[in-house]
Amino acid sequence: MSFLDLDEWLFDLAAAVDVVYSPIADVKIYPENVDICLVEGAVANEENLEIAKIVRKNTKTVVSFGDCAVTANVPGMRNMLDSSGTVLERSYLELGDTTPQLPYEPGIVPELLDRVLPLHQAIEVDYFMPGCPPDAPRIKAFIEALLAGHAPELVRETIKFG
Amino acid sequence: MSQTVVIDPVTRIEGHAKISIFLDDVGEVSNARFHVVEYRGFEKFCEGRPMWEMAGITARICGICPVSHLLAAAKTGDKILGVNIPIAAEKLRRLMNLAQITQSHALSFFHLSSPDFLLGWDSDPAKRNVFGLMEADKELARGGIRLRQFGQTIIELLGAKKIHAAWTVPGGVRSPLTEEKIAWIRDRLPESMETIENALALFKKLLLDELKDEIEIFGKFPSLFMGLVADNGDWEHYGGAIRVKDSEGNIVADKLSEDNYQDFIGEAVEPWSYLKFPYYKPLGYEKGMYRVGPLARLNICDRFGTPKADAELAEFRDRAGGMATSSFFYHYARLIEILACLEKIGDLIDDPDLLSSRIRAKAGVNNLEAVGVSEAPRGTLFHHYNVDENGLIEKVNLIIATGNNNLAMNKTVTQIAQNYIHNGDVSEGFFNRVEAGIRNFDPCLSCSTHAIGQMPWW
Ligand code: SF4
Repeated sequence: MSFLDLDEWLFDLAAAVDVVYSPIADVKIYPENVDICLVEGAVANEENLEIAKIVRKNTKTVVSFGDCAVTANVPGMRNMLDSSGTVLERSYLELGDTTPQLPYEPGIVPELLDRVLPLHQAIEVDYFMPGCPPDAPRIKAFIEALLAGHAPELVRETIKFG
Repeated sequence: MSQTVVIDPVTRIEGHAKISIFLDDVGEVSNARFHVVEYRGFEKFCEGRPMWEMAGITARICGICPVSHLLAAAKTGDKILGVNIPIAAEKLRRLMNLAQITQSHALSFFHLSSPDFLLGWDSDPAKRNVFGLMEADKELARGGIRLRQFGQTIIELLGAKKIHAAWTVPGGVRSPLTEEKIAWIRDRLPESMETIENALALFKKLLLDELKDEIEIFGKFPSLFMGLVADNGDWEHYGGAIRVKDSEGNIVADKLSEDNYQDFIGEAVEPWSYLKFPYYKPLGYEKGMYRVGPLARLNICDRFGTPKADAELAEFRDRAGGMATSSFFYHYARLIEILACLEKIGDLIDDPDLLSSRIRAKAGVNNLEAVGVSEAPRGTLFHHYNVDENGLIEKVNLIIATGNNNLAMNKTVTQIAQNYIHNGDVSEGFFNRVEAGIRNFDPCLSCSTHAIGQMPWW
């Protein structure tokens, strides 16, 4: 969402790149030969893991984008508990007052990983961009550097968590 | 042979979901299901945290409507402290919520849904998005982007950050506005007003013609409607009490307090979704299906209390024939709510209280249990905490705006699938229509769950 805070700069961006896959576009299958992918979010379930691997395989430059991807952040708070079962039981058994049961439908409802992983523990990443979320000016500077073909600078001002 | 087709992932929504469509042996749709596939477990891992942190943590549930969680958490905190917050703090919180409803609705309409209306349901899926819209209708796209920016910037002016501002606190807010900031809002208001009036005019034209059929097919059915209304029955987004109406317009329940939400809302679980299924308890599971959010708020309120929005509300009711039971009217209701928010922002910024420095009531922990409620862009949001003497969280329950619509979202996708899919013909354009049934509700699924999302580029 912070990405959309780029506001009218999106027009410039659209002129420079093709958006081939995104939650705000209708492409369902991650394409091949992608140049750059910003991956947000922690790796919390089996499907996240699967798609992270596909992204890695099909992408030249993978950016770990936002605190959730970089550190597992708030989703990672459940790692303090012994297993994913504890959080599920609370929500669906204790707090479900009709038909309490744990969601389970293989192939449809992905199982949680026991531990939430930051992205780089699941796949190799090329760059980190912390922030919760990284604000639009930082995203812009980062993308501009990549577009110009050099490594984005990570200096004190650009490294900001939270 | 019966068959199941799965749309995976549902796109142009916030969060992660799939839809299963079940076809019988002659290829007709017997049923469809909407699956939310992410889960994070806030209700458990917040245990033991100081309740003062809850606003900051729960805001991370969602990148679109973090303000709703900031407000619900702060309102729950107010009650745990047992304080009446200063009037200026309430007005500032209200201003932030109006700004957030504006930005979130603008995102839903312009960035996510309008490509379907303006580029076409069957248009090239590679272009059927906000970037395609930017090419096809530059001025409309720019207007939408700037309208969202207007809302986001007000949030930033108040809370120093566009997303996840740590600004609301139990007892009030951290900082007031300044003259310069108010001047910025005043400056940009007319442009925003013009954008929304144009969008409304355009959408109403489409409703008469190109989008006529969608009104009947995209989730038209009776249900209850629930949300907050002010004490005098006006449209409300922050305070007031809960009202429930049925499809005939009868008030089923009124002046319900959030404190007793467990008496009138039950939560069912189905094995095929991480999103629970809340229902209106007196009618029982499934029969107690209700809808929340813009459509419900327009249905349950007596009036907005601002002239332009009230004129639009009258026309809205005319077109709907009284109560609006079509989920497709969510889009229409959203545009009218933006208009109302802008009018209300215009009224609020003239209020000298916004500059007051008396914005926070301080107290220790005086109550060990409290429920806070707010109207998120997507509907009524409940936070329920139990704390110990030190304010550490012992128990949390959250009923998330989008979750309230779960039964209705399932019914909507089933209705659309049954209308369009025959003889097993499942072409892309049909899928897109089924997904659009979900986009009606502008669901925010991170809110039930949350995790990986990809925003890749070229
Ligand atoms: S904004 Fe924060 S909580 Fe949301 S995905 Fe990004 S890093 Fe995570």
